[in-house]
Amino acid sequence: MNATVGIPQALLFYKYYPLWETFLKELGVDIVVSNPTTKKIVNSGTSLAENELCLPVKIFFGHLVDLKDRVDAIFVPRVVSVERGTYTCPKFLGLPDLARSLDTQLPKILDPVFNSRLGRKRFYESIFDFGKQFTKSKFRIWRAWMAGVSAQKAYQKKLLAGATPIEAIADEQVSTNNGDLKIGLAGHPYNVHDPYINLNLIKKLKKWGVSVATEEMIPPKILEHEANRLPKRLFWSYEREVVGAAFHWMRNKSVDGIIYILSFACGQDSLIQVLLESEAKKRKSVPLMSLVIDEHSGEAGMITRVEAFIDMLRWRAV
Amino acid sequence: MKVTFPHMGTIDLVLSDLFDRTGLEYIIPPRTSERTLQLGLRYSPEFACLPLKITLGNFIEALEAGADTLLMAGGVGPCRFGYYAEVQKCILKEAGYDFDMIILEPPAMGWKLFIDTLRLLAPGKSIRQIWRIIKTGFRKARAIDELEKYVLKYRAYEVKRGDMTKAYKKALEIIKPAITDEEITEAREEAFSILEGVEKDLGRPCLKVGIIGEFYLLLEPFANFGIEEYLGNMGISLERSVYLSDWISPSSKNLIMGISDQEVAQAARPYLNHFVGGEGLPSVGHTVIYAKEGFDGVIHLFPFTCMPDTIAKSILPKVSRDYDIPVISFVIDEQTGRAGLITRLEAFIDLLASRRKQKSKLHKEHDVLVNPRFGVDVTLSNSERGLA
Repeated sequence: MNATVGIPQALLFYKYYPLWETFLKELGVDIVVSNPTTKKIVNSGTSLAENELCLPVKIFFGHLVDLKDRVDAIFVPRVVSVERGTYTCPKFLGLPDLARSLDTQLPKILDPVFNSRLGRKRFYESIFDFGKQFTKSKFRIWRAWMAGVSAQKAYQKKLLAGATPIEAIADEQVSTNNGDLKIGLAGHPYNVHDPYINLNLIKKLKKWGVSVATEEMIPPKILEHEANRLPKRLFWSYEREVVGAAFHWMRNKSVDGIIYILSFACGQDSLIQVLLESEAKKRKSVPLMSLVIDEHSGEAGMITRVEAFIDMLRWRAV
Repeated sequence: MKVTFPHMGTIDLVLSDLFDRTGLEYIIPPRTSERTLQLGLRYSPEFACLPLKITLGNFIEALEAGADTLLMAGGVGPCRFGYYAEVQKCILKEAGYDFDMIILEPPAMGWKLFIDTLRLLAPGKSIRQIWRIIKTGFRKARAIDELEKYVLKYRAYEVKRGDMTKAYKKALEIIKPAITDEEITEAREEAFSILEGVEKDLGRPCLKVGIIGEFYLLLEPFANFGIEEYLGNMGISLERSVYLSDWISPSSKNLIMGISDQEVAQAARPYLNHFVGGEGLPSVGHTVIYAKEGFDGVIHLFPFTCMPDTIAKSILPKVSRDYDIPVISFVIDEQTGRAGLITRLEAFIDLLASRRKQKSKLHKEHDVLVNPRFGVDVTLSNSERGLA
């Protein structure tokens, strides 16, 4: 029987799941994905987590608890950097350590290091180091990684074509996306695409006749180019994508409005918000609304605000 | 060009000294006060950390006083601090202020940029001259830090309360005007002899506590409510994990604090196996080191929403359990009140004292004499926040 490895459906799951899944499967383990976020998961996560952590990380802990009795090990990679000269969020740098310090019994934590800052060679070395736990054959590890990379490429193609990460992973039909208005949803994928965190915002918008654009639908080259318009290069990769998407929409006016979803106490979001709001003020092209979410967010309050925003956009269009 | 810079502990002494040497005109912003904080809050993003808000207030007050060029440090991440200068520039321009901003990026962003910025700050000076100026500047900064370290450690032992604080002020006055290397050495000796001249009772069994956390909160007495002075007056000997010159210096040796970055990382490894920016890793590492050195407790200070130290805070309970050392974390933002902080601090100190008592009973040692003035004087500072 193969060992089972759990992958929490939170944080970078929405970015790299096909890569991780294929890579691990090819290494000969069975994958278990945690259940979609529920109230129970949120509660178990927030009760374990330090107060000051952001909601997405607390929810991540909830997913660990959801997995812990069902798997032999949990996959919590340390994603330090995904391109040269940048980092990810500090919390991702310390994620395996955070998981280990939780006051609960967890299965073994698999924490490969993904760090592109140190060059190609060191990057692959750490992958081989990780793969050694499963197979002695370097060739097999390499093949598993390459299979993962091609799965990831196929996934990104689907995203570019307009599928949401959840649709693309489940290989579902892309839901209809044609309304009279178009709203760009800026923000971290784990906030934008986790229906529980954002109170099902995407579905709600579609129900109200609004089509939705997200950063995944914009080619990476354009994101990169737009983010480079900042006076100083941002040193966080994922935030560069958020800024790139918002700037892109503001410049070519391909959306009628932008909703920026940020989590309470998120370090990067606090600064990105300033940059986005000042750009929006300067350009006066596309209205921008910031929506702060935390574990206390109420649905009614959010609906009121989003509806008012949509009404305003419709008046503008007249 | 009238340069200004934000306050952070004794950085005004160090930078004004540097500018005197390079011949640049500068304005020291008014000492950080409640007004500074309020001005900063007016324009700051809600979730930015307290250092951004306070230093923004410093800039506004300096611009009011006639400065036209702001100097701020940059960085390469992953701590947010590296982008603060850009964001502050953006905020202040939007608020209608007119100024230039010089951002001193670390050499990691490119040596050329670094040297060009230095040239801006030292007009007409050659690289060699700039190098000398920096070297002497460091010498002075280190001397100031050494004095501070001494005061932190020995304030608890003074016989007459307030003597050490007074002597420290006098010592800083002596070291301030020192220009040449010889003068600095001489002033340092004189300053130390003043501190050493304070009457002390070294036999007094004092609690030993380590202070760790985010550098700005540790270094700026306004932001940490002057708790170092307060604790010292309570009769607690302190050691701190961050000193200004160690923090500025590119070297990883930490000459003042005395423990190199590598050793700290080594100590933290079982708990946090990767640096997470800012003081996240050092906070964990120092707690382990302090525990091994037999400290009575550790006080952890950091601003609300600080990413690296929030990670440290999540991990510290485990270190505390494993090494049986009490750790208290204070998360500080603009809403934090001094009274609330002091109450919790007192409770923590009580706990440490009773632990020490238990231990000394076990080992039949002398009873500990903790905070001999405890409960007599809670309002040591004149102002609600920080130093008088």
